[in-house]
Amino acid sequence: MAITRKSLLTVLLGISVAFSGLTAHADTTLLNVSYDPTRELYKDFNAVFANHWKKETGETLNVRASHGGSGKQARAVIDGLDADVVTLALAYDVDAIAQKGLIAPNWIKRLPDNSAPYTSTIVFLVRKGNPKGIKDWNDLAKPGIEVVTPNPKTSGGARWNFLAAWGYALKQPSGNDQKARELVTNIYKNVKVLDSGARGSLTTFTERGIGDVLISWENEAYLSIKELGPDKFDIVTPSLSILAEPSVAVVDKVVDRRGTRKVATAYLEYLYTPIGQEVAARHYYRPRNKEIAAKYSGNFAKVKLFTIDQVFGGWDKAQKTYFGDGGVFDQIITAK
Amino acid sequence: MAGGISTALGAKSVRSGQKVNGATQESPWVRRLIIGTGLFYFALFLLLPLGSVFVEAFRKGLDVYLAALMDPDALSAIKLTLIVAVISVPLNLVFGVAAAWAITKFNFPGKRILITMIDLPFSVSPVIAGLIFVLVFGAQGWFGSWFLDNDVKIIFAIPGILLATIFVTFPFVARELIPLMEAQGKEEEEAAIVLGARGWQVFRFVTLPNILWGVIYGVVLCNARAMGEFGAVSVVSGHIRGETNSMPLHVEILYNEYNFAAAFAVASLLAILALLTLLIKTFVEWKAAKVNSELKEG
Repeated sequence: MAITRKSLLTVLLGISVAFSGLTAHADTTLLNVSYDPTRELYKDFNAVFANHWKKETGETLNVRASHGGSGKQARAVIDGLDADVVTLALAYDVDAIAQKGLIAPNWIKRLPDNSAPYTSTIVFLVRKGNPKGIKDWNDLAKPGIEVVTPNPKTSGGARWNFLAAWGYALKQPSGNDQKARELVTNIYKNVKVLDSGARGSLTTFTERGIGDVLISWENEAYLSIKELGPDKFDIVTPSLSILAEPSVAVVDKVVDRRGTRKVATAYLEYLYTPIGQEVAARHYYRPRNKEIAAKYSGNFAKVKLFTIDQVFGGWDKAQKTYFGDGGVFDQIITAK
Repeated sequence: MAGGISTALGAKSVRSGQKVNGATQESPWVRRLIIGTGLFYFALFLLLPLGSVFVEAFRKGLDVYLAALMDPDALSAIKLTLIVAVISVPLNLVFGVAAAWAITKFNFPGKRILITMIDLPFSVSPVIAGLIFVLVFGAQGWFGSWFLDNDVKIIFAIPGILLATIFVTFPFVARELIPLMEAQGKEEEEAAIVLGARGWQVFRFVTLPNILWGVIYGVVLCNARAMGEFGAVSVVSGHIRGETNSMPLHVEILYNEYNFAAAFAVASLLAILALLTLLIKTFVEWKAAKVNSELKEG
């Protein structure tokens, strides 16, 4: 056993040395591990920042990107994906990485606005003309409505979807946990496809034509209308939704090993500058910066928003109660 | 899939020798119905999807098609796929020939277990295969901290993709050769040894010529799978654009980005590689049948 393990390691070492030349670049590289819907945002932002960094330091920066369901991506970073920065869908996924010691525990305080440079919310994407007359969260629970949403176990967006529906039910007159559970259970009874990430769900809804309504990130909904034409889908904004704060953080263990802390920090800070905020707004993320927000206010529907801290006492608690093993989501799915 | 060549090799020479006359007594309409059903299925499930890939790929014209293939991320995906195939196929070739030789020409304890183990990658879901490697080589895995300390990257880098691909394509060559070599028996090798040939000479001048076309057939199948593998590679890739995205993964990414023309362009390239593989396979079968019948006649 000892011999085979040793020789195995030697072989692997050989292979990896042979390939190090392929992956190593003379230029500085940065890997941004992000969630599903930010592909277009970061494609744009990476170019803008690389430009800025070149002007500032003369260094040629090569920003690589990896996208997938937020929970899945966090798992990959924990398993060794060399992310210099993570830009995930929600704070809990960054916390999960922090718990493994890769990110400092106080990460959320290191950048302004809870380390969430832009926000979004959850809306509904429906077929053109809204044939099923979907107006608000309780319409999704009605019999005969087909709902598409990703799996909250792997997708950050899906967790926001779940909590937005739950929070809506709580905030109704005489709303309580019992009623919220009923509403959410009925919504999931109507769910036809549970994809692993938001982008998969969007493709299911738009390309494969499955479902009457997609519970979607606001930015994804606007993007699909822009990409696929306004004649196919409508956006329905519910009366109440959740303020989604996608979190960003420098992965301390990785940047210290790779010596990229300075550029990684500058990368995230640049998201907060007016230029970065404008890029976010162009891709239908709600900017934090007041002036940019005012400039793009026509892009975003006015909607009453509640935060996760107000209603659920923060992500840590919400994650354990609703999405942990045997949590509320598991109970609902098994009951279904 | 496995064992295909052995039947092809055996059956064709027999068939060419005898006149096939009135094999069925069925009435014409039954024959037509059966042939029609076959053709219909063939068109519906094979030709139509394959055709649609090319139609979609060229929908926006040749310029868009070429641009999609010349995109740096696409080029890197193509390069990665070729590198993985170039490394994993020879490794599986050496292993497959060695394993088939050992299994069919010698008796040793644990032979049955070895045969069963070779089949393991066929029965294990590729996703599980990928996860195994993450569990073993990932940062939280058995060797994870050692790799991290020594700055060796396995998972979410090319070595991990290679490992996953080798695992998935592991049985192809061996599975192709074992039935063939079993059918051939070991009399010729024994004769060679009696005549004074050494081990290596026996292999080089007796065994290898007999199995050559089977080897090539196995390599072709192995190569097709190595380039097309999605599940296992997806788990260990990390999906870093321009770095660890193989062609199948790149197709998915483009598709999810509404970039349908580009997605189908890359998909069509994969399809062309597959068709090329089929062409080589057909040629190999034809050649093998010819060699066999020549052997029988001569």
